[in-house]
Amino acid sequence: MNEPGTKIQRWTPVSSSFTSGFGLLIVALAFVPVVMGASIVQDLTTLLILVLMAVMWNALAGYGGLVSVGQQAYIGLGAYATVWFALQGVNPYWGMVLATVFCALVSVPLSFIVLRFRGAQFAIGTWVVAEAIGIYVSFDNQLGAGTGTSLSQLDSYASTTREHITYWLTLGMTAFFVLLVFALLRSRLGASLQAIRDDEEAAASVGVSVLGGKRILFILASAGCGAAGAMTVANILFIEPTSIFSVNYSAFMIFMVLVGGLGTFEGPIIGAIILYFIQKQFGNDGTWYLIGLGSSAIVFALLFPRGLWGMLEERTGLRFMPVGYRVKRSASPHEAGP
Amino acid sequence: MLAAAGVRKQFGALAALGGVDLDVGPGDAIGIVGPNGAGKTTLLNVLAGTMAPSGGTVSFRGADVTRSSAARRARLGIARAHQVPRPFGAMTVFENCLVGATAGGGLRRRAAYARCLEVLELCGLIELADRRADSLGLLGRKRLELARALATDPVVLLLDEIGAGLTDAEAAELVAMLKALRGEQGLAVVWIEHIVHVLVQVVTRLVCMDAGRVISDGEPAAVMRDARVVDAYLGTAAA
Ligand SMILES: Nc1ncnc2c1ncn2[C@@H]1O[C@H](COP(=O)(O)OP(=O)(O)O)[C@@H](O)[C@H]1O
Ligand SMILES: [Mg+2]
Repeated sequence: MNEPGTKIQRWTPVSSSFTSGFGLLIVALAFVPVVMGASIVQDLTTLLILVLMAVMWNALAGYGGLVSVGQQAYIGLGAYATVWFALQGVNPYWGMVLATVFCALVSVPLSFIVLRFRGAQFAIGTWVVAEAIGIYVSFDNQLGAGTGTSLSQLDSYASTTREHITYWLTLGMTAFFVLLVFALLRSRLGASLQAIRDDEEAAASVGVSVLGGKRILFILASAGCGAAGAMTVANILFIEPTSIFSVNYSAFMIFMVLVGGLGTFEGPIIGAIILYFIQKQFGNDGTWYLIGLGSSAIVFALLFPRGLWGMLEERTGLRFMPVGYRVKRSASPHEAGP
Repeated sequence: MLAAAGVRKQFGALAALGGVDLDVGPGDAIGIVGPNGAGKTTLLNVLAGTMAPSGGTVSFRGADVTRSSAARRARLGIARAHQVPRPFGAMTVFENCLVGATAGGGLRRRAAYARCLEVLELCGLIELADRRADSLGLLGRKRLELARALATDPVVLLLDEIGAGLTDAEAAELVAMLKALRGEQGLAVVWIEHIVHVLVQVVTRLVCMDAGRVISDGEPAAVMRDARVVDAYLGTAAA
C-alpha cells in the first residue's frame, strides 16, 4: 500500500529552469551568425562538433560501458561519404545528412562483430575496424586516395553563406543528437541504460537486455560521430585519410568525457568547452600536447572518477537535466491538499 | 515449476556442482543450507541463468530454459537477490527498483511507479527512495537487493544469504515480510541461509548441500536430524 499523497516527480524547479535555459541557449546560438563575425561563427562550429563527439562517446562508454578507441571510423566515414554523395551530384548539405544515415546503417552489421568483445578487446577491436576502413579509403582513387580530397562542391556558395549554413547545420545536428540522448535517457529504456552503466550483470539479472541496449547506443554513437565527420569536412573543406581516420579523435573524446564526467548527461559538454579552450591556447597537434592531454585525463579520472560534473552533482545533490525520478511524498497523512 | 535436473558445474578441476536435482513447486518455500563452498551460490547462479551449467538442464514451467539468458529468465519471473549486494550505485533507490519493474516486470509508467512504491514500502526503504544507492549501508543494500528483485513481479524468488549480518529484530522483520509475500502473492521462495532458526520460520522444506551435492532434502526438522547433515556441519568426527 502506498500513501495516496505519493507522486513521482520528473521535473524539479531547478531542472525545469535549467532545461528551458538549455533550450533558450540553442535558440540564441541560432542567431549568432546574424550578429557575430565570421571568426566567432567558425570557432563555435568547431566547439559544437567537439560537443557532439563528446556526447556520443559518453553515450557509448558512460552508459554502455563500451570504451571505444575507434570512433574515428565514423568521423572518417561521415566525411568521406559526404564527399562521395557530392560526387554523385547530391547537394553537399543534403549529402551530410545522408552520410549520417549511412554511418548508422554501416554500424548495424559492424555491431554484430565488435559487440561480441568486452573491455580491452572491444577497444582494440573498434580501433582495428577504424584502421581497416581508413586503409580501404586511402586506396580509393575516386576519393583522392592517400593524398586526400576536398569538398569543392561548396565553392559554389559565397564563403559567408557557406559558413553560416555549415554552422546552422552543425548546431542542428548537435542539438538533435544531444536531445536524442536526453530523450533516450528519459524514456523507459533510460533507466535500463543507466543500470547497464552501473552493473551489467546485475542489470541482466533484473531483466535488462544488455546487448540490445548496447546495440542502440553503438548505432546512435556511430550516427552521431558520422555527423561530426560530415560537419568537419564542411568546416575545414579538405580531408585526407590519415588525419580524418586518426586515433587522436578518440583521444580527444576520451579526454572530454573523463574530465567533464563519464556517465553524466552534462559532463561531456563541459569537457568539450574545456578542450576547445585548450586547443585554442596550445594548438591542436604535437606529441607533448597529446601527452599533456592524456596525462591530465588520467589524473582527472583518478582524482574525480565522475569528472567535474559528477563531483558537482555529488556535492550539491542537484540534478540539472531531469533524466531521473524523485519520489514526492506528502509530509504526513494528516496534511491534506495537492 | 522451476527444476534443475542433473545439474553439474565444473570450475577447472573443481566440481562445484556434481549432479544436483531440485524441484521448486508453485508457492514452495525451500531453504538451502550447507557449509561454505558447498555450491549453494553456484546452484542459484545456474537457476538464475548467470552461469551456464556444464551439464544437466534447468526448466521453468515445463519449458527448457538451460540456454536462456539471465535477463530472459528474469522476464519470465525468476528473480534473484545476490549474496553480495549489487546495487546500481549512481541511481537512486527508486530508480533501482524501476529498472526491475520496467525491464523485468514489463510494466509501464504509473503501473511501474506503483509497483516500485509498493515494494519499497514493504522493504522499509520508502524513506530512502531518493538516496543514491551507493550511499546505503549494508542493511540498506540488502533490502534494496530484495526490493529490486520483487519489483520484477516474480513467480520464484531466489535469495542468497540476505539475512546474514542482521540483528535479531531485523531478521524478525525479514521473516515477517517474506511470510506476507508468500501469503499475498503465492510467491515461491528458495532461500540460502546459514541461520537455520530464522530460515525454518519461513520455509517448509529444507535442502542440505555439501561438496556440490544434495545430501538431504525434506521436512526441516527431519533434515536437521539427518546424520549426513550433522556430519557435514561437524566434520566427519562422528563417522
Ligand atoms: N566463478 C568461479 N570460479 C571458480 N571457482 C568458483 C567460482 N564460483 C565458485 N567457485 C568455487 O565453487 C565452490 C562452490 O562455491 P559457492 O557456490 O560460492 O559455495 P557456497 O555458496 O555454498 O558457499 C567453491 O569451492 C568456490 O571456490
Ligand atoms: Mg554462497
